[in-house]
Amino acid sequence: MTAKPHIRLVGLTGLLVSFGSEMSEPANRAALAFRAAVEDEDWPEVSETMMSLVSVYVAVDLVTVPAETIRTRLEDLLAREDWTAAALPEGRTLWHVPTVYGTDLAPQLEEAAELAGLDPDAAIRTLSTTRVRVFTLGFAPGQPYLGLLGEAWDIPRQQGLTKQVPSGALVAAIRQLIVFTAPTPTGWRHVGQTAFRTFDQKADPPIALSPGDELVFPAIDRAAFDALATDAPFGAVDREAIP
Amino acid sequence: MSAVLRIVAAGPAMSVQDLGRDGYLSVGLTRGGAADPLALYEGAALLGQDPDLAAIEMMGAGGSFEASIDTVIALTGAPMRATLDGRPLTWSASHMLPAGGRLVIGGAQRGVYGYLHVAGGIDRPLEMAARSAHLTAGIGGLLSQGDALPICPSPEASGGRALTPQSRFEGGVVRVIASFQSGLFLPETRARLTRTAFRRDARANRQGVRLQSDGEGFHAEGGLSIVSEVITTGDIQIAGDGAPYVLMCESQTTGGYPRIATVIHADLPRVAQAPAGAPLRFEEVTRDAAIEIERRARAERDALRHRVFPLIRDPHDIPDLLGYQLVSGAISALDPHVPD
Repeated sequence: MTAKPHIRLVGLTGLLVSFGSEMSEPANRAALAFRAAVEDEDWPEVSETMMSLVSVYVAVDLVTVPAETIRTRLEDLLAREDWTAAALPEGRTLWHVPTVYGTDLAPQLEEAAELAGLDPDAAIRTLSTTRVRVFTLGFAPGQPYLGLLGEAWDIPRQQGLTKQVPSGALVAAIRQLIVFTAPTPTGWRHVGQTAFRTFDQKADPPIALSPGDELVFPAIDRAAFDALATDAPFGAVDREAIP
Repeated sequence: MSAVLRIVAAGPAMSVQDLGRDGYLSVGLTRGGAADPLALYEGAALLGQDPDLAAIEMMGAGGSFEASIDTVIALTGAPMRATLDGRPLTWSASHMLPAGGRLVIGGAQRGVYGYLHVAGGIDRPLEMAARSAHLTAGIGGLLSQGDALPICPSPEASGGRALTPQSRFEGGVVRVIASFQSGLFLPETRARLTRTAFRRDARANRQGVRLQSDGEGFHAEGGLSIVSEVITTGDIQIAGDGAPYVLMCESQTTGGYPRIATVIHADLPRVAQAPAGAPLRFEEVTRDAAIEIERRARAERDALRHRVFPLIRDPHDIPDLLGYQLVSGAISALDPHVPD
């Protein structure tokens, strides 16, 4: 069940089309498809677009362009179809990201497992076999918000922040996972460690993931992690096209 | 050997900045660029060049510099003490910088971000379509002693021009409009925001500027659990402690803390340049008023080059007046204070 999409003005810099007021898979899929549709329209007034979890931001200089002009066009585009029923786009990639769960590399696995009502082994089994989708990139360059995990993983963010998790940290909260681009303080729990560089300036383009891509985080042990070859673009990851 | 500007001594937070990067929001990268973009336009007007050329941004203090060729510089943004081979240089002006001359830029007297522009711009290779360092994203980085930045010979450039900068270096009134999340706050809380006398907190950088006040915080109704949405530069975010945080050019692209209002872009340089402890107050304006203010600000920015005037040197500022040839007409082309 999703709310009717609504359009709001974002300062003098653009408009925001939202498909819900909280994260849901259909609202995210709608935002993904709707952003692609806006890009396809190629309106000259639109300088760029981005999607967040359930919304599409359409950047327009509202100092020189009347907001109503763009609002009307967006309303027409919204009315064209039921965006929450849109299919996922073609040409997506499945990424395999080897991950060490727990140990001193990812010290909050046990704590997160307990909140999810699982023993640590069961938690690792779930996390290492669940295929998750990139809902959006944001906060830092190339940083993915991934999900959805099963209901058990609807665990809250912690009250206090962890001072810093390293880049490549796999963290969990509210049925989602994030792989951190850069060392960051966070309220999400650090459950795994990867050697994935989601933003790699040596690669072209420098951003690995696109919204709609899928990831799986197979478990490896510490010795295998230490032996990973990390000098390839984006670090230690494998990828394949999703048919 | 190609021409360079060498950094002989570096202040604590100097970086190369242009107008930043468009088009990377969708992958999580904000525009970045100069914290005070107006200063880039001022430098461009003084040197008669494109405002998107890269300059050196100096937060709090400058450093010492030497060029390998004769060139022309401009100094804009927060006024800092500057000398060329020991002789004082006027701020908000352009000057000849002879090869091997020692340019020394000290601490900010007012404001936060000073800018050193070089004729033709700092010619560093483009990274993701811009030359600016994006410190939070790890693109580029802070400049340090020994760095040699490529510059271009610019034989047509001349020094000795000045500009009266728009006043923005001591805090003051900052105009805001409603944000798409303003409705999450009680009308009384929003009214209190514009009644409150704030001071710029010690915590401020290119990501954001925190404000402090004596009263209670500015929390949204219903707590903090909202879905993460786009952040735009100037958004005033209220985090857990209730203090307003004006998000600046290097902020994150999305955030789950509610935004109570948005600073209009014309007034962002005033926020960026407010030194720690400076008074700041928010004044809410309507959308229509904001559009009119932006229009005027852009027109003034584009007309800056018509406001450039020849720099007349005050004889009191010339330490070695008797050493100058005042009558013969043999004026050195390298004299930084001779207009053409």
